[in-house]
Amino acid sequence: MKRLVSFIVTVAVLLGVMVFTTPGLLDKVRLGLDLKGGFEILYHAEPMEKGQDLSPASLQKTAESLEKRANAIGTTEPEVTTEGTDRIRMKIPGVNNEAEVRKKMKEPAVLTFRSTAPGDEAGSYSKVELLGSDFVENAAEVGQDNLNQPVISIKIKDKDKFAEITKRLLGQNLAIYLDEVKLSDPVVRAELTDGSASISGNYSVEEARALADTINLGALPLKLTEMYSQSVGATLGMKSLEQTVRAGLVGSLIILIFMIGMYRLPGVLASFALILHTWLLILVFVIADFTLTLPGIAAFILGIGMAVDANIITNERIREEMRSGKSILSSVKAGSKSSFRTVMDANVTTIIVAAVMFAFGTGAVKGFALVLIVEIVLSIATNLYFSRWLLNLLVRAGTLSKPKQFGVKESEIRAL
Amino acid sequence: MRFNKETDFVHLSKYFFIFSIVITIVGAICMAAFGLNYSVDFKAGSNVDISFSKNVSAEQIRPVIDKLGIGKEPEITHGELRTNIRYEAILDSTQDSQLKEAILKLDDKASFEVNTVDTQMAKELARNAVYAVLISCIGIIIYVSIRFEWRFAVAAIVALMHDAFVVVAIFSIFRLEVDLTFIIAILTIIGYSINDTIVIFDRIRENLRFGKQRTYEDLKLLVNRSVSQTLMRSLYTAFTVFIAAFFLLILGGESIKMFSLAMVIGLLFGAYSSIFIASPLWLLLKKRQKVSVKAK
Repeated sequence: MKRLVSFIVTVAVLLGVMVFTTPGLLDKVRLGLDLKGGFEILYHAEPMEKGQDLSPASLQKTAESLEKRANAIGTTEPEVTTEGTDRIRMKIPGVNNEAEVRKKMKEPAVLTFRSTAPGDEAGSYSKVELLGSDFVENAAEVGQDNLNQPVISIKIKDKDKFAEITKRLLGQNLAIYLDEVKLSDPVVRAELTDGSASISGNYSVEEARALADTINLGALPLKLTEMYSQSVGATLGMKSLEQTVRAGLVGSLIILIFMIGMYRLPGVLASFALILHTWLLILVFVIADFTLTLPGIAAFILGIGMAVDANIITNERIREEMRSGKSILSSVKAGSKSSFRTVMDANVTTIIVAAVMFAFGTGAVKGFALVLIVEIVLSIATNLYFSRWLLNLLVRAGTLSKPKQFGVKESEIRAL
Repeated sequence: MRFNKETDFVHLSKYFFIFSIVITIVGAICMAAFGLNYSVDFKAGSNVDISFSKNVSAEQIRPVIDKLGIGKEPEITHGELRTNIRYEAILDSTQDSQLKEAILKLDDKASFEVNTVDTQMAKELARNAVYAVLISCIGIIIYVSIRFEWRFAVAAIVALMHDAFVVVAIFSIFRLEVDLTFIIAILTIIGYSINDTIVIFDRIRENLRFGKQRTYEDLKLLVNRSVSQTLMRSLYTAFTVFIAAFFLLILGGESIKMFSLAMVIGLLFGAYSSIFIASPLWLLLKKRQKVSVKAK
């Protein structure tokens, strides 16, 4: 009686908790860009000039300024992370004007002051004197010169360096380039010692404003090239999510029906363990703040199919013991014991492969592998230990005492 | 449904060995002749998936894309409410938005998925995929060798390589697109199809403990008995995962179609190979051991 009560209480409490929390949990699951729409770019970072070092600090700095920029453009929740020694991954959800954002992210990459190098054609400059990283961030301002023309003033971090350059280039041109576009090429009229310079030209006020903003967005310490990009429209992502979740529900339902039809009462217990397993998986995702991607959902669903393996193996084994004429209690004992090793072996091999996938994969592959690993671990807990515990409670309570309840016909049992 | 009768799986497996060897050879020839139909993930380039809200015919799309003149002759696959355009060139963001604008004129509710991979990245992805498959196999060999014995490990590896290769061969023969999710599927098949094999091997190992097997006939009987004892288990466990993969294939999102298809094929062959390839192969290896012992 005591066992039956603890069985009922356990099941009722868990069911209650699951029913009560599931909607809230589902809302909190962080969805990947392939499900909610958005774009992801993997940049390869290089030093602005060949031969320079690519330090982890500069990579970090670049990632930070990318994030700053993404925020400045007004995107929500941009996510910028460094990867390896020379990569930056940027994820921006739900953007309509993707092309514009992408351009903006890279645009002010190279702001340079250049002078004429030997061999340059007239009007072109190739010797880089100052880099974007030499300018003070957020110091670009738009003002007006005495002819009411807009002027952009900028500040240089190293006053002495600028003084040296202006002294050396006195009377020559010091051109200002944004990427490979020459903005202006003023002649150095005096040695500038206060570390500020101004860019003037035939700009409208708006153009000057835009240019100042671009400079202010922070000069990127590193040069970025897109290695990989994925963009998914919001409607398409939503559709994938709905379709795949529906596929999962239908598949799971059939698996549950199969389990109950095949194994009767133990099948019901297995189904309960399976639902608990799925709920726990969602819980882990929310608590650990993992991002769920489309391949992740696929792993989720496949995992449901794999998780019942433990129950099938155990229950088949129990039935086998019963058929050989053992009592229910000893069948359950022997069946659980001898199937345990098999289930563990089978799960360990899957974990090995999932771990390799996680180690070698990027993005989507990692997501899939992660779900698989978490799922197997949870499956061992629920479909191996928990469902066995429930089964034992029922058997010892005497509720499960007929072979029929296990889906075994009396006629199949061999007499000892 | 139970298998009380002692079906001679070992005997049957001779025919299945031939079947598997034929598939492997055909697959290998096909791979050598046509290779695989790699997606942008491994070949570099851009892949544009468009899903329309209304019917837009191929005749409507073609001229629009030709007019843009981006890249050399993009490959266009037209499906119902869905079109896939594949460029060998890498679309930059301007071209990308030109394309989108042009398509949006045909259907303003069209939704896009664009994937661009550059050459270096594609090479790296392909290399990592190969490493991942190799290291997974080594991991499994080591684990199975520790838990069982090396003969089981060899038989298991042959069976799972067979499963993986059959899937690759089928993708090659039918020119199905091989993308990153395909590699995930192959790895999952490798990790999962061994489960069935392990169930049977576990039983063989267990049965080995009862009594001594002196002759090849004894061993053969033992394998047959072990397979028939575990047959329903193997089929049921394969069935539940198959159901999951099957519904993903017919109802799931478009971008995991190839993944689901590979899984479905792999699971079917996984169940088949653990019954008809792995265990008889172990027997073959074991037989040699017996012979060599006798020779001394």
